Amino acid sequence: MNNAMKTLTNGILKENPTFVLVLGMCPTLATTTSAVNGMAMGLATMFVLICSNIVISLLKNLIPDKVRIPAFIVVIATFVTIVQLVMQAYLPGIYDVLGLFIPLIVVNCIVLGRAEAFAAKNSVGLSALDGIGMGLGFTMALTILGAVRELLGSGSVFGLNIYNDQFAALIFVLAPGAFIALAYLLAIVNKLQKK
Amino acid sequence: MVYFLIFISAIFVNNIVLSQFLGICPFLGVSKKIDTALGMSAAVTFVLTLATIVTYLLQKLLVMWQIEFLQTILFILIIAALVQMIEIILKKISPSLYQALGVFLPLITTNCCILGVALIVADQQKLLAKLPLGADYGLLSGTIYAFATAIGFGLALILFAGIREQLALAKVPQAMKGTPIALLTAGLLAMAFMGFSGVV
Repeated sequence: MNNAMKTLTNGILKENPTFVLVLGMCPTLATTTSAVNGMAMGLATMFVLICSNIVISLLKNLIPDKVRIPAFIVVIATFVTIVQLVMQAYLPGIYDVLGLFIPLIVVNCIVLGRAEAFAAKNSVGLSALDGIGMGLGFTMALTILGAVRELLGSGSVFGLNIYNDQFAALIFVLAPGAFIALAYLLAIVNKLQKK
Repeated sequence: MVYFLIFISAIFVNNIVLSQFLGICPFLGVSKKIDTALGMSAAVTFVLTLATIVTYLLQKLLVMWQIEFLQTILFILIIAALVQMIEIILKKISPSLYQALGVFLPLITTNCCILGVALIVADQQKLLAKLPLGADYGLLSGTIYAFATAIGFGLALILFAGIREQLALAKVPQAMKGTPIALLTAGLLAMAFMGFSGVV
C-alpha cells in the first residue's frame, strides 16, 4: 500500500515530468496559451499514459526485447488514435485548438519514457498508478503554466476576466512568452527545491 | 518564385522551433556545443526531407483505401523504419558520414518535428495555411517546405548553441542555472525571429 502511494505521488511532486524531468516540452510550450487548453492537453496525455502503461505492463513478458520500442510505439499510437477520434467527435472546439499536438502525443517523451522505464518492469497495478501520477503531474504543470500565461497575456484565467486586457502583455500568449514563462516557473521550482 | 518564398517563410517567418514549437526536446538537449548542433541539424535535414516524401505518398494510398484513421500509427511506424534503414544504408555507403551523424539518428525517431512536419504536409488545409499565398498543394511544395523547415531547425539550433557556449562562461544565478536560463534565451531568440513576421 505504501509502495502504491509512493508510485502515485512520485509523478506529481518528486519526479514531475515538466518541472523536474523536463520532458515533453513541445506540447507544454505550444498548448498552454490558456489554462483550459493546457488542462485539456494534460488530460488527453494522461489518458494515453494510463492506458498504454496498463497494456504494456500486461504484454511485457510477451514482447521480444529487440522489437521493444516499435511495439511500445504501436500500442501508444493506438490509444492516441482513439483519443484523436473521440475528441474530433465529441469535443470539436478543443480539438481545433490543440490541432497538431494531439497526434504528437505519440512522440511525447513522457509516454514512451514511462513505458520503457516503468511499465516494462513493473506490475499492472503499479504501472496504472504511475500513469495516473505522471499524468496528474503533467496536467497540473500544464494548467499552472497555462493559467500564468493567460493571466499575464490576456487578463483572464479559465475565461474569467480578472483585469482589463489593455494592461496585459500580449507577448505571453505568443511564442516567446511560452519560453519566458516556463523559464521563470522552472527557476521558482529550482529555488523551492533547494530549500 | 513561389518556391523561393516557401523557402524563406519556412526558415524565418514560421521557424519550426521558435514559432511552431516542434522539436524543442533536441533543441534544448543537443544545443550545448556547436559541433553537436551541426551534426543534429544535418541528420534532421536528411531524415525530414526523405520522411516527408514517403509519408506524402503514403497519405495518397491511405485516402485511396479509405483508412485515414490509421494515419498516426502508420506514419510513426514508417518514420521509425525509415530511420532504421537510413542508419543501415549510411553505415554501408559512407562510414565517415555515419560517424558524424550516427549517434543522432535514433534520437530523431521520437522527435516531434519529424512527425509534425509529416502530418502538416499530408494535410492539404494545414500545409496551405503555412505556405505563402500562391503556393499550390503538391509533392514539390511539400518537399521544399520540409527541406526549408529542416534548414530553419538547423539555423535556430546552431544560433542557440553558439549563445549557450558563451552562456556557460557567464555568471548565472543559482536557481536559473541550466534549463531556465536556456529557456529564457530561447524566448529572446523567438522574440528576435518574430521580427520576420510579415516579410512574406
